[in-house]
Amino acid sequence: MIRLTTPITEAQARQLKVGDEVLLNGKVVLSRDMGHKYMKEHKPEWLKPILEGIVIYHCGPVVKKNEDGTWSFVAAGPTTSIREEPYQADVIDTYQVRGVIGKGGMGKKTSEGLVKTGAVYLHATGGAGSLLAAQVKRVVDVHMLEEFGSPEAFWVIEVEDFPVVVTMDSHGGSLHEAVLATAQERAKALMEK
Amino acid sequence: MAECTIPNMTTADVVESKSVLPAGFKADMANLKGLDLTTPVLELIRRTSTRMPQDIIDALVKGRDAEEEGSRAFNTLNDMVKNILLADGHVTPLCQDTGTVLFWVRHPYGVSQKAVKAQVREAVKEATKKVWLRPNCVESLSGKNSGNNMDPFHEGHPILHFEEWDKPEIEISLMLKGGGCENVGAQYRLPDVTIGAGRDIKGVRKAIIDAVVKAQGQGCSPGILGVAIGGDRVSGYEHSKEQILRKLGVPNPDPKMDAFEKEIVADLNTLGIGPMGYGGNTTVLGVHMEEMYRHPASFYVSISYMCWSSRRRTMTISSMGEVSFD
Ligand code: SF4
Repeated sequence: MIRLTTPITEAQARQLKVGDEVLLNGKVVLSRDMGHKYMKEHKPEWLKPILEGIVIYHCGPVVKKNEDGTWSFVAAGPTTSIREEPYQADVIDTYQVRGVIGKGGMGKKTSEGLVKTGAVYLHATGGAGSLLAAQVKRVVDVHMLEEFGSPEAFWVIEVEDFPVVVTMDSHGGSLHEAVLATAQERAKALMEK
Repeated sequence: MAECTIPNMTTADVVESKSVLPAGFKADMANLKGLDLTTPVLELIRRTSTRMPQDIIDALVKGRDAEEEGSRAFNTLNDMVKNILLADGHVTPLCQDTGTVLFWVRHPYGVSQKAVKAQVREAVKEATKKVWLRPNCVESLSGKNSGNNMDPFHEGHPILHFEEWDKPEIEISLMLKGGGCENVGAQYRLPDVTIGAGRDIKGVRKAIIDAVVKAQGQGCSPGILGVAIGGDRVSGYEHSKEQILRKLGVPNPDPKMDAFEKEIVADLNTLGIGPMGYGGNTTVLGVHMEEMYRHPASFYVSISYMCWSSRRRTMTISSMGEVSFD
């Protein structure tokens, strides 16, 4: 088990390998479909200091506004990452992001981006919304809440020992590809049965 | 890290004590025209979003215990069980994606579907305010979120299916179906040369295997598959989704389909996809099949994939107005 705290350096990111179990600490920024499209198409400058060395989390949380005006995360598991495939590599490079948390893994373009920039894809357990929300210690800030709505906004949170697995690394490795290849092989045999 | 969480859910009386229904609540079934189901439906949503059905818990635990202790598959299934207990204890959604909200309403003659629809919509709005549902209804092209789960055209969301039946009671089933797993559903038109599937049970089997391989972990495996053979494109998908309402372990009433289901589950679990696609022996928890009739020229296999977070519940309102949940 590796403990990592954001901001992460390129060297730290490059040390991670497929299969590593990581407990993540520090700042994480949520973004999904609308945010990624926006980042790729507009490359907003104001996001640069917020994202550098940070980890992006593909998540549309269930949030609750407390009486004192602060926010709490009620459920916050990962959403399917492949939808961000057209945008991810660019976003990682533009903003020097060191990691992306999501589920289901990503494609070739992102994999190449991870190699180029020095970043990793971190897999969280999908559907474990309550378990993962319990690791969110504080909601630091939120951007574009009005424009995007709560599931799509850029939530800046602080996490503690947030459990993830490296399933794509900066050396071109991918657990998803390995599992897919095994499954396809087996499927061939099953279909002939 | 080899810890084994024991799934102790809150007891029935604790669940009752958190109910939004007043103690001893009875629906006024003597006056079907004036019937108000808003609060019972709100309670149905609360229980569906925050409490996992027991048959799913049992299947996850069984899957976990069959994986090698301490393996990624084992740990992941254990995290799923932990998550179920947390959501139940805190009365918070099991998953942040509270899904497309789908209702099946079966009712006796005399119930106004229009009134029930309005009450269901009220309950969904209220449940969204209470954060048992996430606002999950957006305008297709702009992506603009309506904020309260309401589709202003009363068509897309929430989705209601009505059926009038001969029984005196009302039965409302609710399913919260996540977007991730909905996206890996598939419809095959047989024959399908790309997978070598003909118009027979073998072809159906190939379609199912192909869909599960393509889905990998992306629908949050281990999944539950609802499969309809036949129908048209719409009814096929509709029926495939209804199959997911059946409890795991309840045999298919059609013995031919029942045998097929058992066999295909065993086969799919040798694909090595495992929980979340990390590898392992627990790829599906169940496959539920239905054979429909079809047009002679069409042969569809419609597959709905439900994630491990299979949130479904049925509420029955007896002819005496008593409300029960299963
Ligand atoms: S597919 Fe995964 S993320 Fe989506 S509702 Fe199901 S468990 Fe949640």
